[in-house]
Amino acid sequence: MTGARLVAQGIAKRFPGVVALDGVGLEVGVGEVVAVLGENGAGKSTLMKILAGVQPADEGSLFLDGREIRFTSVRDAERQGVVLIHQELNLCDNLSVGASMYLGREPRRGFLVDEAAIEDGARRALARLGVAIDPGRSIESLSLAQRQLVEIARAIAIEARVVIMDEPTSSLGEDDAERLFRVVDELRRDGVSVLYISHRLGEITRLADRVVVLRDGRFAGELTGAGIERDAMIRLMVGRDLGQFFHRSPHEPGEVVLEVVGLRTREHPGASVDLTLRAGEVVGLAGLVGAGRTAILHAIAGVDAGSGGEVRIRGRSAGLPAHPADAIAAGIALVPEDRKAHGALLDLDVRQNIGLGRLAADSRRGFVDREREAELASAKIEELRIRTPDDRQQVRYLSGGNQQKVVLARWLATEPAVLLLDEPTRGIDVGAKEEIYGLLDDLAKRGVAVLFASSELDEVLGLSDRVLVVRDGHVQGELSGAARTEEAVMRLATAERGVSP
Amino acid sequence: MKKNLGILLLLLGVSAVTAAISPAFLGFENIENLIRRSALFGWISVGAAFVILTGGIDLSIGSVICLVGCLAPWLLVDLGWSPWVALPSLLLLSAGLGLGHGLLVTRLGLQPFVVTLCGLLLYRGAARGLTQDRALGFRGEYSGLRELATGQWDVPFVPGFQVPVPATLLLALAVVCGVVLGRTVFGRHLYALGRNEEAARFAGVRTEAVTTAAYVICATLAGLGGLLFAFDVGSVQASSFGNFYELYAIAGAVLGGCALRGGEGTVLGVLLGAALMQVLRNATNLIGIPTQLEFAIIGAVILSGVVLDEVVKRVAAGRRARTTTGGR
Repeated sequence: MTGARLVAQGIAKRFPGVVALDGVGLEVGVGEVVAVLGENGAGKSTLMKILAGVQPADEGSLFLDGREIRFTSVRDAERQGVVLIHQELNLCDNLSVGASMYLGREPRRGFLVDEAAIEDGARRALARLGVAIDPGRSIESLSLAQRQLVEIARAIAIEARVVIMDEPTSSLGEDDAERLFRVVDELRRDGVSVLYISHRLGEITRLADRVVVLRDGRFAGELTGAGIERDAMIRLMVGRDLGQFFHRSPHEPGEVVLEVVGLRTREHPGASVDLTLRAGEVVGLAGLVGAGRTAILHAIAGVDAGSGGEVRIRGRSAGLPAHPADAIAAGIALVPEDRKAHGALLDLDVRQNIGLGRLAADSRRGFVDREREAELASAKIEELRIRTPDDRQQVRYLSGGNQQKVVLARWLATEPAVLLLDEPTRGIDVGAKEEIYGLLDDLAKRGVAVLFASSELDEVLGLSDRVLVVRDGHVQGELSGAARTEEAVMRLATAERGVSP
Repeated sequence: MKKNLGILLLLLGVSAVTAAISPAFLGFENIENLIRRSALFGWISVGAAFVILTGGIDLSIGSVICLVGCLAPWLLVDLGWSPWVALPSLLLLSAGLGLGHGLLVTRLGLQPFVVTLCGLLLYRGAARGLTQDRALGFRGEYSGLRELATGQWDVPFVPGFQVPVPATLLLALAVVCGVVLGRTVFGRHLYALGRNEEAARFAGVRTEAVTTAAYVICATLAGLGGLLFAFDVGSVQASSFGNFYELYAIAGAVLGGCALRGGEGTVLGVLLGAALMQVLRNATNLIGIPTQLEFAIIGAVILSGVVLDEVVKRVAAGRRARTTTGGR
C-alpha cells in the first residue's frame, strides 16, 4: 500500500527503575495491518499507549500523514483519528451501546443530547461491521465478543484512520475471533491502518502484512510477507535459542505429594479436576484464557474455595481448603498471577513481605519474633539474589522481577510441600525470568512439587516434566516426554468446543 | 516518626500562640482540664484508629458512648444493680455491638460507613427511648468510681498542679495498644490488611477475623469511654450526651496520621492528634472567638493540616521520581 500514515521515531519511555522503551521506531502505512510482537515486558503496550495518547513519551516524535503531532490525551488522539481498543475494554457497563459509542462527544441539539443522531450513527457504524446489535441495548447485556465489536464500531464512528488493537482475541472463542479477523480485513480494505498486538502467532500469520518485534524495549527485527512464520517470530522475540533459556535438570520423581480428587471450582461448576504431583516434579498447566487454570490453582490454595472435592498432601487429607491459611498450614503455597494486587504488599518493606508467611508460626504467644524475621529476610535476599538496597526498602520501588522474587521468598520460607505458581514470569524482564526458571528447577531438585500455570507456551514446554492441558475447567489431557509439542497442547486446548460458556 | 514530629510541632505552635494571646491558657487549672479532656477523647480516638487501620470507619462511637453512658446511671442508681454486674454487662454490650458491626462488614460485605451510620441512629434512638430523654445522674453516689474520670494525682515538686486520673488510664491504654500494634502478629496483620486486604488474604492472613476484632476493640473502647465521660459529667441526657463524639474521635485519629484508606497510623500520633483537637477547642474559647465558630475553626485548621501534608508528600514523591530516573 502507499504512503506512511503513522510514523513514530526514537520513542523512549522510562519508569522508575525500568526503561520500558529505548528509542523505538515504528511505521504503519495506509491500509496496512502491522502486528507488534514481543514478550511480556518487551514494551508493546507502552508503545501503543504512547501512540494513542494515553501517556506521553519521554523522547521521540510522532507523525500522522506527514505532519508532526503531539497527543495531549486519549480524547485528543481520537479527534485526530487514532483509536486504541484496550485489552480491558473501557466501556461503561450501564450505558447503552449508542451512548457508550458517543461518550464524551455526544451530538447535541440545544442543551439536550441528540438521541436520534446517536442512534443513527451507531446503527450505521455497526452495520458497516455487519453486526446485528441494537444500539439501544445496554452494554452489560452483551458478551465480551460483542463488546469488542462495539469498541471497533466506535472507532468507525469516530472515522479512525489508525486503529490499535491490544490483544483483541484474548477473551474470544474461535468463531468470534474469526469474525474479528474479517472485520480487520474490512478495515484494511477501507484504508484504515491497523496496529495489532497479540501473543497468538497463528492469527498474526493470518492477518499481518508486516510484523515488528520488540525485545526489552528495543526494536528487535521485522518480518514481511512470506517471512512471517512462527519460528522466525519466536527467534526474534526471545533473541536466542529456547534450549539455553530453560534449564531442567534430569531427576527421578519421588513419592506422591499432592493429590487433587474431584475438585470443582465455582467458575466451572460442571467440571471436576483430578491431578497428582510427585516430589521433585515440575508440572505445567496450559490452556486458553478463561479455561480455568487460575480457578484450579485458587481452589487448591483456598483463595476461592472450591464447591467440592478433596486435596491430599502426602496422603493426609486437607479437605477442601476454605481459606489460604488452611492451605498454607497443609503445606501449599501460591504465588498469584496479579503480583501487585494479590502477591506483594507494595507499601510494606521487603523484610515484612518475606516474613508475612511465617509470622504466625514463628511468633511467641502472639508476639512477633523480630530477630528471626530479620534473619529470615537477609537469608532469603541472599539466596534468591533479590536486588534491593536493604530489607527496609518498600517493595513498591523494586523492579517487577525482584518483587516476584520477594513473593517467592515469602513462600519458600514456609517450606511448602507444594508450590503453586500462576503466570510466574508475567511482566518481568528476561534476565529475571531466567533466574526464576533456575529457582524452580532448584526447588524441584530439593523435592518440592511445583505446579505452574502459564499462557506462554514455550515456558510451559521448556520448564515442565509434564503438561496438563486445561479446557472448560477440567484437565483435557496430559502430555509428557516427546509428546509435549506446541501443536499437541493447542490441539487439546482448543479441542472440540462442547457447550460454549 | 517524622509525621508525629510534625503533629507535635503543630500542637506546640498552636499552644504557644494561644498562650501568647491568653495567659490563662497556661494556668494550672486550665492545663489540668485540657489534659483530662484530651485523655478522654484520646481514649476513643485510639479505638477509632483500630477500625481506620483496616480501612473502615466507625460512625457509631458517639452513640455507643451515649447508650453506655445513659445505661450506667440507670442500672446503678435507678435499678440498683451492683457495679460488679452492671459494668461488665455494659462492656459486654459494647463488645457485642462491635462484633455485630464487624460481622456485618466482613461476612455480609456491607460498607462500614453504612453499618455504623445505622448504629449511630439505632443506639442513640434506643438510649433516648429507654430513658425517655430524662436526665440521669449518680446523685452523689459512686464517688469512688467517678474518681476514675474526675480524680487527680499530686505531682511531686510541682505544688498546686495535679495530673488527672484519665491521663494515667490513657497512658496505660496507649502502652498496651502500642505493643499490640507494633509487636504482635495481630498488629502486623492489621497493618498488612489495611494496606492491601486481598494480598494479605492471599498471604494467609485471616482478614475477616482481624477486621472484626478491630470493630470489637473500637466499640469496647467507646463503651469504656462512655463510662468515663458519664463519670466525668455526673449527669447525662440521652438527647445530647456524646453527640458528635465519633467525629472528634475520627478527626483526632486522622489528624494524628491515620490514613482513611487504611494501614497507616501510630498510637503516639493518635494521642497527639486527639490532644490537638482539644487544644483547638480550648483556644477558640480562651481567645474569645464566639463558640458558634468553634467547628469552623477546627475544620479550617484540620483542612490546612491535611492539605499541607499532601503537598509535602507530593514534593517528596516528585523528588524521589527525579532521582530514580536520573540515575541512568
